[in-house]
Amino acid sequence: MRFLALVFVNLRRHKLRALIGVAGIGFGVAAMLTILAIIGGAIGMFERILAVDSHYLVFERNTSDLFFSSVTTKQIEGIRVLPQTEAAHPLLFGLVSAPGHPIITCFGLEAGNPRLTRAKWIAGDAADFGRKKNGIWLGARAAKFLDAAASETIGIGRGKFFVAGILETENGFEDGGVFFPLAAAQEFFHRDGVASVVAVQLRNPAQGDAFKQAVEEAYPGLIALENREFNQGYTQFRILRFTGWAVGLCAFLLGGLGVANTMLLSVFSRIREIAVLRVCGFSKGQVAGLIFGEAAVIAGFGLGFGFALGFGALAALQRVPQFHGYIQSAISPLLMGGIVATALSTALAGAIFPARFAARIQPAEALRYE
Amino acid sequence: MSNSAPAYFAKANTVVVHALAVRKAYDRGRIGVLDNVALEVCAGEMVALLGASGSGKSTLLHILGGLDAPDLGELSVCGLDPGNEKNRLVLRRHHLGFIFQLHNLIADLTVEENLRVPALAAGAPSAETKARVRELAESTGLAHRLGHRIQDLSGGERQRVAICRALMNRPQLILADEPTGSLDEATADTIFALLRSLVKDQGVAILLATHERRFAEQCDRVLRVRAGRIEES
Ligand SMILES: Nc1ncnc2c1ncn2[C@@H]1O[C@H](COP(=O)(O)OP(=O)(O)OP(=O)(O)O)[C@@H](O)[C@H]1O
Ligand SMILES: [Mg+2]
Repeated sequence: MRFLALVFVNLRRHKLRALIGVAGIGFGVAAMLTILAIIGGAIGMFERILAVDSHYLVFERNTSDLFFSSVTTKQIEGIRVLPQTEAAHPLLFGLVSAPGHPIITCFGLEAGNPRLTRAKWIAGDAADFGRKKNGIWLGARAAKFLDAAASETIGIGRGKFFVAGILETENGFEDGGVFFPLAAAQEFFHRDGVASVVAVQLRNPAQGDAFKQAVEEAYPGLIALENREFNQGYTQFRILRFTGWAVGLCAFLLGGLGVANTMLLSVFSRIREIAVLRVCGFSKGQVAGLIFGEAAVIAGFGLGFGFALGFGALAALQRVPQFHGYIQSAISPLLMGGIVATALSTALAGAIFPARFAARIQPAEALRYE
Repeated sequence: MSNSAPAYFAKANTVVVHALAVRKAYDRGRIGVLDNVALEVCAGEMVALLGASGSGKSTLLHILGGLDAPDLGELSVCGLDPGNEKNRLVLRRHHLGFIFQLHNLIADLTVEENLRVPALAAGAPSAETKARVRELAESTGLAHRLGHRIQDLSGGERQRVAICRALMNRPQLILADEPTGSLDEATADTIFALLRSLVKDQGVAILLATHERRFAEQCDRVLRVRAGRIEES
């Protein structure tokens, strides 16, 4: 018989109690996994929108949200003529609502933007972008949920527009969006002469520092970030990630309380048995180890259950048509490792008090218990 | 008795228990139990401890086994002072065996698993433990029950398992607190005979708290706890 066998004996003895502990940790794991995977996926999508064929992103300094960032036409022209610049693609973000769809993301862009030329065109042609009067182009998913076909006229916000084309992009977020020619978007969103960001492709990626310096010297109100820097530094992403971990940790806190409760009951219900183990030569440390061992096993099963539940939930969400392509479960080893570490440490933290209690049981007193 | 030393001092050579002026009270001194206890037990000796209910027999055994601390007094058990935790651990793991009135086995473990508990605590190698379990089970007629759970055993069998468990780590001293107290007369006799044979065959010392005169009479010496002291009988 090994130490672990004693751990399992006690868990088997109180299956329901152990299951409650397992469920507590499991739900924490599932919540954390789903939330972080979705947030990570959403961030990943956003990152990819911005990173299409670009090395640097230029946007307004000190802006908390890219939707509020303004880069003027004059600045865009200035960036275009910098010696390092190969191409600069302005992009204006906007939000509108349509009947039954409170939030639709709109993209204002110029003809020739790589995201148009690379998309799979279901209706219309990239070459016609911006050439149809009052025309808009829909992402494939947007076309589906707006129930719109090419050549129809539909209402977006307070306007009526002609659906000039439908394109399928590799990115779920974009795919659920509406594309306007930049000028039309500027007019529609009352943001004359500005874009939200400029995605810049360099002639030579090694000239990044020179480019950054040139932009920021010429336009102190702008910031140029390499894509990677942007992804790490952009506040919205940070807030999102932080929220994800915070919500996940709260879920875990409850799980940890569940373990604490399970373990306390486990200790209380066998005070005499623990006393006997001490009589048989168990040290305080070994008794505490027994309790921590139980908590760790509960965490282990909780992790298994939670991952199954979480991955199941993600798979199910991805199948829902409305979400289609929107949720990309970006599950990194780091995320998995973080969840495992959190689950183990919550379970062990939950076992601290019970283990201390168990280790301090006085054998002589406990043996007098009937 | 011609010897001038009182009976609670042993006559033989190797002293496994030495206690002098031991005092113990509960409830912040309000319930005095042991007042001035002195005793010695030698290797290979079976000593009976008689006394009315509540006289302090269990308390004394607990103190000697390091399960409870005395308020005052000088103690040496198998050459160690049970006053500090490290010694207590060494004592329980290597020098002492406990047997109680209630078997105090883990009911939903098998006989073999229960016997392995002290070896597990002491970190004994598995192969050695297995051999020891067999040896003890065979010598106590439990070999065919090793895979059975405690809850399926009779009272006498359980107490035999408890004795085997106390013997697992080859102790020098067994502290037995009314081990026959909840058994019928015939079963009590076999259990006592088993204990007696341990002393005779293996040289283990036993300090046996009991209410039964007939067993006390078969011990090497009889001590009596009365009014917080040990008297010779
Ligand atoms: N933790 C405690 N707190 C208060 N009083 C205690 C405690 N433990 C024991 N006592 C008291 O100490 C006295 C001695 O108890 P002990 O169990 O040692 O007697 P005993 O001789 O073993 O009795 P019995 O023959 O009934 O087993 C009793 O009066 C008991 O109530
Ligand atoms: Mg007693």
